[in-house]
Amino acid sequence: MTQKFSILIVDDEFVVRDSLSKWFMQDGYKVGTAENAAQALKMMNEGPWDIIFIDIKMPGMNGLELQKRIKEIDPNAIIIIITAFASVDTAVQALKEGAYDYITKPIDPDYLSHLVKNVLKHKKLTDEHIKLREHISELIMGEELIGESPQIKKVIELAKTVAPTNTTVMIRGESGTGKELVARLIHAHSPRRYFPFVSVNCGAVPDTLLESELFGHEKGAFTDALYRRKGKFEIADGGTIFLDEIGTISLKMQIQLLRVLETKQFTRIGGNETITSDFRVICATNCNLEQAVKEGKFREDLYYRLNVFTIFIPPLRERRSDIPLIANYYLKKYATMMHKPITEISPEAMDMLIRYDWPGNVRELKNAIERAMVLAKPPAILPQDLPIHPIEEEQPENETLEAVEKAHILKILNKTNWNITQAAKILGIDRVTLYNKIEKYNLRRDRNT
Amino acid sequence: MTSPKLNKILIVPIYPVDFSLVLTLVPSIREIFKCDVILDNTNHLNLSSAYDSSRYQFNSTKIISILSEKFNNFNGKVLGVISVDLFIPVLTYVFGEAQLGGKISVVSTFRLNEIAYGFQENRKLTEERLLKEAVHELGHNFGLLHCENYLCVMHPSTSVEEVDIKSPYFCNDCYEKLFWQISSKFNDYHDGK
Ligand SMILES: [Zn+2]
Ligand SMILES: [Zn+2]
Repeated sequence: MTQKFSILIVDDEFVVRDSLSKWFMQDGYKVGTAENAAQALKMMNEGPWDIIFIDIKMPGMNGLELQKRIKEIDPNAIIIIITAFASVDTAVQALKEGAYDYITKPIDPDYLSHLVKNVLKHKKLTDEHIKLREHISELIMGEELIGESPQIKKVIELAKTVAPTNTTVMIRGESGTGKELVARLIHAHSPRRYFPFVSVNCGAVPDTLLESELFGHEKGAFTDALYRRKGKFEIADGGTIFLDEIGTISLKMQIQLLRVLETKQFTRIGGNETITSDFRVICATNCNLEQAVKEGKFREDLYYRLNVFTIFIPPLRERRSDIPLIANYYLKKYATMMHKPITEISPEAMDMLIRYDWPGNVRELKNAIERAMVLAKPPAILPQDLPIHPIEEEQPENETLEAVEKAHILKILNKTNWNITQAAKILGIDRVTLYNKIEKYNLRRDRNT
Repeated sequence: MTSPKLNKILIVPIYPVDFSLVLTLVPSIREIFKCDVILDNTNHLNLSSAYDSSRYQFNSTKIISILSEKFNNFNGKVLGVISVDLFIPVLTYVFGEAQLGGKISVVSTFRLNEIAYGFQENRKLTEERLLKEAVHELGHNFGLLHCENYLCVMHPSTSVEEVDIKSPYFCNDCYEKLFWQISSKFNDYHDGK
């Protein structure tokens, strides 16, 4: 763990001192408490304290007076005033006299943690001790880009090259090639790595919800909005936002997006507070954006704003030499997870894997191995355990109409990334019918999309 | 080291609660903590002393002390799961609370449900969030502090969006500490004998 900060809590109420100190102790802070001004001044000797919380209303010397005395001892002390709604005026007075901020009881935990984080972020960034931490791959946690082929090496090299900059990156590639992994790789190698990586699949969220998803909403912004909710742009502050399926968003959203990218400012739905967020954008698409621009479905200005640096991930069938590596990686992983002593893929099965075209790319291969692991008997995965049938398409005469329909619907769904509206359109049926068919055939979307 | 079976986790549904949600926790927690997980659905707790009628919320610290009294003799960790809104006096709400390095913790599904934010119910998501918060609070019980790795389950989350960012798993650092905790307890036991 990196260096820990210290917090002093001054309040005459035991329950406030107790619950606040527990709250901060969980964060690993060194916490001190004082129940009155005299004790607080004594505690100053045990400092320095990075943040001092002071209750404004205390018997004896009040918070305002105490603040003055503390500032005499340590002019740089960061003081946060705790107040009840009734005494906000005094809190404002405290601000004028150099308090960092004030909070009202009961305290919004979300606000409190952000306030503390912001104070410490500032301290932390200026601290030399924060050096680049090793174990970057840990940030990607488990999943990584696997491959030794020149194509995938090129992708990794490009990602690492662009990582330290603030450049907007566009990742192109068929679905299942690992676009999000590349985005995470960039984030993990950037100075933003200590801040969140926030991923939004624009294609999976209906347009009406996407706005709230990205910008957040205030309590009461719409009938059912019972609580305030932060948008992804706000959460990504300091970090990276990954916009997947960027090609699917509506023209209206495109305009809003363009504005946010340019100003880095926005308001929550139903709110009027302007929120500023420092985020880096990485986006991804598997559709032909240039064509969409030509057809007027995608704004040209937004296209240029996003398409600053492009990384293209080749489909798996174009780097077949990586297939054994990836297959064995997932073999090991699932064998451990499922506690199954399966240690190899038989040469015949491996041959099938290498020759198959993998329209669903790495994701499909991963799923194939996972499924095979369930079916296979120790010690090896055999051809019959694999859910791939390269010859299937040559003998469709044997298939029932239902099977063909099921396969076709699944294909279109995957192609449109489960955009129901789009898929229904292509299939020439309405959405309700499509939903019914999905239900009937028990079609499920891959979790990792 | 592989089977520290002395560590038991007891999951206690506290009514009102969505019992089917509680059920989903059992196999995952067993898998993550690698120890016995028991579900106790026989104890109905009287929560009236924990309810704050001016806030329409339940005081989680008081729920913890009720649990603590009830399971006084239980040798292991106790996780209460409830579906009502929780608070601690100084804060407007909490997702859960745990005794740091102690025995009892409590989580609520209330603010983990999309309905609370005006969206359609998404059970899968609620289940995932509940698992993360449950593992997180249990992590505190095993003495773990918050972790800076935002994917780690011990990363603090005060908003549901932050819950969504993290994974239900411990990062390597936290996992090591957790396991050290679990196995050293195991050794203590043998030494004590
Ligand atoms: Zn915590
Ligand atoms: Zn951790």
